[in-house]
Amino acid sequence: MTAITTGVHAVAAHHEAHDDYAVQLRRNRLGLWLFFISEAFLFGGLLATRFYLWGDTRPELDQAIGLIVTSVLLLSSVSMRLAETAMEKGNRQLFSIFILLTAFLGLVFLGGVVIFEWGLIPALYQGHLTPWGDKYGAVVFAMTGMHALHVVSGIVFIFIVWNLARKGHFSPQRHWGVESCAIYWHYVDVVWIFFYPALYLIGNAVHLSH
Amino acid sequence: MQLTSLGLVRGIIGYFVGLVVGMAVVMISRLALGMSAWDQEAGWVGGIIFATIGFMLAVGSMTDWLKWTRGVETPFHHGPPVGKPAWTRYFSVDYNHKVIGIQYGVTGFLLLLIGGSFALVFRAELADSGISFLQPGTYNTFLSMHAWVALASILLGVGGMANYLVPLMIGAEDMAFPRLNAFAYWINVPAIITLMISMLFGWDSGWTAYPPLSLRGPVGYQMVFWAIFSIGLSSILGSLNLIVTMLTMRPKGMTLFRMPIFCWAILATSIIQLTATQLIGLAFLMLSFERTLGMPFFNPLYNALGENIGGQPLLFQHLFWFYSHPAVYVFVLPGLGIISELLPVFARKPLFGYRWIALSSLAIALVGFLVWGHHMFTSGYGEYLRVVFMISTLLVAVPTGVKFFSWLGTLWGGRLTFPTPMLFTLGAISVFLIGGLSGPILATAATDLFLHDSYFVVGHFHATIFGGFVFPFFAAIYYWYPKITGRMYNEMLGKIHFWLMTPGFWVMSLAQMTAGTMGMRRRIADYDPALGVEPVHMLITIAGFVIAFSILLMIYNLFTSAEVGALAGNNPWRSRSPEWQIPSPVPEHSYAQPIAVVGEPYDYGLAGSTYVAMAGAGDD
Repeated sequence: MTAITTGVHAVAAHHEAHDDYAVQLRRNRLGLWLFFISEAFLFGGLLATRFYLWGDTRPELDQAIGLIVTSVLLLSSVSMRLAETAMEKGNRQLFSIFILLTAFLGLVFLGGVVIFEWGLIPALYQGHLTPWGDKYGAVVFAMTGMHALHVVSGIVFIFIVWNLARKGHFSPQRHWGVESCAIYWHYVDVVWIFFYPALYLIGNAVHLSH
Repeated sequence: MQLTSLGLVRGIIGYFVGLVVGMAVVMISRLALGMSAWDQEAGWVGGIIFATIGFMLAVGSMTDWLKWTRGVETPFHHGPPVGKPAWTRYFSVDYNHKVIGIQYGVTGFLLLLIGGSFALVFRAELADSGISFLQPGTYNTFLSMHAWVALASILLGVGGMANYLVPLMIGAEDMAFPRLNAFAYWINVPAIITLMISMLFGWDSGWTAYPPLSLRGPVGYQMVFWAIFSIGLSSILGSLNLIVTMLTMRPKGMTLFRMPIFCWAILATSIIQLTATQLIGLAFLMLSFERTLGMPFFNPLYNALGENIGGQPLLFQHLFWFYSHPAVYVFVLPGLGIISELLPVFARKPLFGYRWIALSSLAIALVGFLVWGHHMFTSGYGEYLRVVFMISTLLVAVPTGVKFFSWLGTLWGGRLTFPTPMLFTLGAISVFLIGGLSGPILATAATDLFLHDSYFVVGHFHATIFGGFVFPFFAAIYYWYPKITGRMYNEMLGKIHFWLMTPGFWVMSLAQMTAGTMGMRRRIADYDPALGVEPVHMLITIAGFVIAFSILLMIYNLFTSAEVGALAGNNPWRSRSPEWQIPSPVPEHSYAQPIAVVGEPYDYGLAGSTYVAMAGAGDD
């Protein structure tokens, strides 16, 4: 008798906890998407700045670099999706591999931005834009800088999630941490899909004399 | 009890430690790059960023999140902190929305007093022509500070009402994200400290901080930019929290169109705050970067061929007003919601046109995104834009008119009583009417060309903000005071407050508009007595001091009544709203049992109608 009632209580308690999780998950998802809507206005403001100041012109940027970093970032979204799928199937080892691969690709992207787009290490690559030089430098640095800041935060997020998973957190049913990290990563990718053509493709390349 | 056990004290220490660390980091980095160690722009920016983070860490607003990153569970602690007096929870991080609501409200009220006293300082200077005691530079700083401190006070006051009332009104246990809620409040505090520090250095462009002036002025601008950025972050996170709360935590039976009408106002407000705020954050960030690194976003830069290879000052105005016009609706929509909330209670009649009022809030919020250019009629942008922005701006009058007529419809034939909250509600309508009627004059490009940057604009703006925020805010304070403290305020003092403040404001506002039409420009420390505006200015200054005195009466009233006021009971106003069906003051867990909504919210005076069914509370 006692065993049965405890069993019932345990089931009820489990059921309640499950409901709480489902309720909170719904709120978390809504909150995250509202955050994205908010951020869209930030990135939209930067795009508006680009079109206001540049109009139908653009600076001369290295097309090969643009194509390479964009491809790397898109590939990182694929590996992120694979990592999330692995977690959904309970395969922790595969999850670790793919999420670390995502972080690695993110770091490669960042390297592309810092070394090649910005030319911060002249020994490796001689960039021709400076943030204070003209409106092209200012906007390129503002847009790539704001985006890179989000990539950095995404990479930090990935390492937190990877470390938690390593310690045994998350399960196939409950992995909001992984899910939010993945959605955030995809979101930052989508932003770049708008930034890449705005910086590299749209308009006529001009070379300004200073 | 140790002083450092108060979160606020630890936060302030953290702020100044962070300030020193941030400045040191910047100086060391500059030395490493082969530059001179101290640059005031870079040094202060680094200092402020680190100081803000230092405050937020030391106050404890991020402790739980940092634990989450290490996988540590953080169960909620309910009630006042263990082993400390109950009042200490108001000075530390607390997750209860009622505590956070009070924190917002009291901070907002304090800022209102500070911002208001700045106005008294420069109003005294303007009382007669000639420079008496404020040098023009100092005058400009006081004027600019009055604006941003008062605007911050409004944002916090709105946050106070929303945080305290929304969960109570929808019968929710708390906000959807209590930790985020506390974070969103506390980020305001380092921002306010930063804003106050800016006074030491001064800044002189008025609150709009238009470049190129704001790019050349003193370093105080950097503090303003980063302070407003933090306050904007608070707006974004707070509104996100409110939207999720209202969309997912309503009780059984409460459809969107059965929410208390104030919630609709907050929903509309939150949509603006969530999105448009990013644009002023971005604009101020760009100004800061242009000052610090010389990135030419707004300042033109000409090459040898005479081509502009730099920025454009007008871009700033577009980014700035894309937020700052809708922001006005952030300031007034909650107040208009309070008016709609209180009128049926004191008219004992259903709210006239509930759905229309609810949707008019949304309509004002959405049209508000399309009207920013009416601030730029004289800026020299494309002339065709004037027509576009004039039409979109005049459109705002339609949903606003809906509100006015439904208020009239609610009052019509009601059995009115006039306690202080009702007086302030009616005062709000009268003042907002002054603001509303002077609006189309400024929205029409042809007349705005003459009135732009004149005192007429000052009169219009203050009537809108007092009618849309200050009067309803005071009405709300008097109305919910018994629910918050359990005691009634002093009715006589409340009425004296009203009868001093309302005529005082009418005089001030109409006199400001008069001065404007006589040729008085806004934002100048001195004027030519030949304009004939001197008596008008004296009148404005006297009215300003009368308003200030009446607010002192209110403070005295609120403080003393908390001790000696008559016990209020659960529902002194005979309201149908759920928060009035539970004890006053509200217990730690507001609702012992989940509530259910079984009828329309505002069917006052209809026999047998019920809004909320509460276990054990009875329906009367």
